[in-house]
Amino acid sequence: MRLGEGAAPRTGNGPGRGLCHIGDPPHVPESRAEPPTRGRGLFVSTGAHGEPADMTLLEQVWQFILSGMTTGGTYALIALGFSLVYNATGVINFAQGEFVMLGGMVTAASMTAWGLPLWLAALVGIAVTTVVGVILDRAAIRPARNASVVVLIIITVGASIFLRGLASIIWGPDERPVPAFSGNAPIAVLGASITPQSLWVMGATLVTAIAMWVIFEHTVVGKAMRACAINAHAAQLCGIELSRMVSWSFALAAAIGAIAGIVLAPITMTQYNVGTMLGLKGFCAAMLGGLGNGLGAIVGGLVLGVLEALGAGLVSSQYKDAIAFIVLIAVLLIRPSGILGGDTGGED
Amino acid sequence: MAARRRRAQKLQILGFFVLVALVPLAVHNRYYIHVLIFVGLNLILATGLNLLMGYAGQVSLGHAAFFGIGAYTSGILTATYGWNPWPAMVAALLATSAVAWLVGRPTLRLHGHYLAMATLGVGIIVSVVIRQTSSLTGGSSGLPGIPAMTLFGRELTTSMDVHYFYFVWAWVCLLTVVFANLVESRPGRALRALHDSELAAETLGVDTATFKVRAFVISAAYASIAGTLYAHSSMRFLSPTPFGFHTSIAMLVMVVLGGQGTLWGPVLGAIIITGIQEVLRPYTNWDIVVYGLLLMFMMIVMPGGVTRALASAWSAVTDRIARRRRGSGDE
Repeated sequence: MRLGEGAAPRTGNGPGRGLCHIGDPPHVPESRAEPPTRGRGLFVSTGAHGEPADMTLLEQVWQFILSGMTTGGTYALIALGFSLVYNATGVINFAQGEFVMLGGMVTAASMTAWGLPLWLAALVGIAVTTVVGVILDRAAIRPARNASVVVLIIITVGASIFLRGLASIIWGPDERPVPAFSGNAPIAVLGASITPQSLWVMGATLVTAIAMWVIFEHTVVGKAMRACAINAHAAQLCGIELSRMVSWSFALAAAIGAIAGIVLAPITMTQYNVGTMLGLKGFCAAMLGGLGNGLGAIVGGLVLGVLEALGAGLVSSQYKDAIAFIVLIAVLLIRPSGILGGDTGGED
Repeated sequence: MAARRRRAQKLQILGFFVLVALVPLAVHNRYYIHVLIFVGLNLILATGLNLLMGYAGQVSLGHAAFFGIGAYTSGILTATYGWNPWPAMVAALLATSAVAWLVGRPTLRLHGHYLAMATLGVGIIVSVVIRQTSSLTGGSSGLPGIPAMTLFGRELTTSMDVHYFYFVWAWVCLLTVVFANLVESRPGRALRALHDSELAAETLGVDTATFKVRAFVISAAYASIAGTLYAHSSMRFLSPTPFGFHTSIAMLVMVVLGGQGTLWGPVLGAIIITGIQEVLRPYTNWDIVVYGLLLMFMMIVMPGGVTRALASAWSAVTDRIARRRRGSGDE
């Protein structure tokens, strides 16, 4: 705020940038800040093929549930990443959402910059994000291993801000498209229609969930990670190297986040600042399912996605972003251990 | 001992504010005065949060909500309904405290991550409401036309930033003194007992639930006052951006980086964070890269905060000097 600039209200980055501004997405005019819910994104199928007004309430609800399952699939993947890192380190990783952003952005960028085919670009996206995840662990989390909860929260928020800034410098502020994996022809499902990409999102969620189950039940690394989550000290006594397992969990969390970002990108486009809200929603999903519970993360994500779609569709689309957090607070107050959680959670 | 410490503390506070009062005599650049006004506002925010975090031992990741409720209540009442800024300030204070009480009563039963998440949720819900109730708040396009603060019938206008500087810092002074007295009082000691061990405090007869909610409401009231002062500051325009998640985090950083549970920690924190933000402001995009890096770096290097890092560095230096003296004496 330079001299004399502060006097008159201005649009753009001017007003309100006076205090604690850094890290916030720049103040953008209404039309860009709040895209009409059905104009793009997950509700595109609803808008394009019969307005909800033409449908019966039941059909509408079914349509919202299908759309919600798509968003919910993404939330589930992000929540899975949260749970992985939380189990290994006890850290709530606020940078998880940036893995989602990185996955989508690297894929989009390597398609336009190097002309890679989609599948190869997606692999590059996952690989780059995984490396970033491991670096984040080694460079920022490990040196602060024994710090308090609040300090670790600030460190991961710092990492998230840093990654977002880096992305805006490398790829610019514009939205980037990723082509749909298999066309846009809508598929009718019991009276509602969804895009093939929605099926990709749900499929990716399912495959990732199964892959996680296989890793944690049937591989040595997975079992070692579980051992560390149950009792880090005892695991170390058994010869499991804790720091390596933590790196593994960051790598897996980053890869899962990247997958979520890549399958979501054709639906919503991708941009340097998509990570924060997705990350926070994924976090709500993780809490909803019971923090640190893998299956809970999947269930929590899907439930949250459906609730959000129903709330936005039937109650108010304006307050869509608040719904997840209202659900979160309700769950925390009524059943802090989450839907599937066993222990008593955070309450007295 | 305690009495001596309190007297020393009083002198420190007095000295600090005399120093601040002299600043406009030396600094004539209005930009610096403007920045110092924001240091003052951040200091109020940080001091309030410090009471909750450093003394009552509770985390809040959503305190920008109270800052926002204070600012918008003041802004709407004065700009839209033509109220005088002073009753509007009182109304804002009451509204914020009421919301804080309603939110705090159920959520403060939670601990650790769960409390952090609940407060984070509250913060985001409030920022979504501010953004979406555009008939009242102006939504994303903002709320213009907030009148200047008045004092004894005189307007503290933009052209006289120095007056507003003194006005804001008078509030900072008042609220710091209130804070210092509060933490040394019986309720303050109860809060600190709560910070160390909730169970122990409970067994000693401290009504922990009530004290936690009180600390929460008071810290929200601090944020509300900062919000009112912000609404009437030189911009006199409100947009939803400064009342979101990242301001809550910035407040958290000021308290933790400065050193929670100390009188001067949040002061240092507010100065450092405001300073960093102002220095970085001209560098678009790079500002958030460097800010993010600095957050990580500072918290890794000084997880206990600057005040403690300085204190331990100081004692290391004095130790070494003492040892060297002793060493040379032996020879």
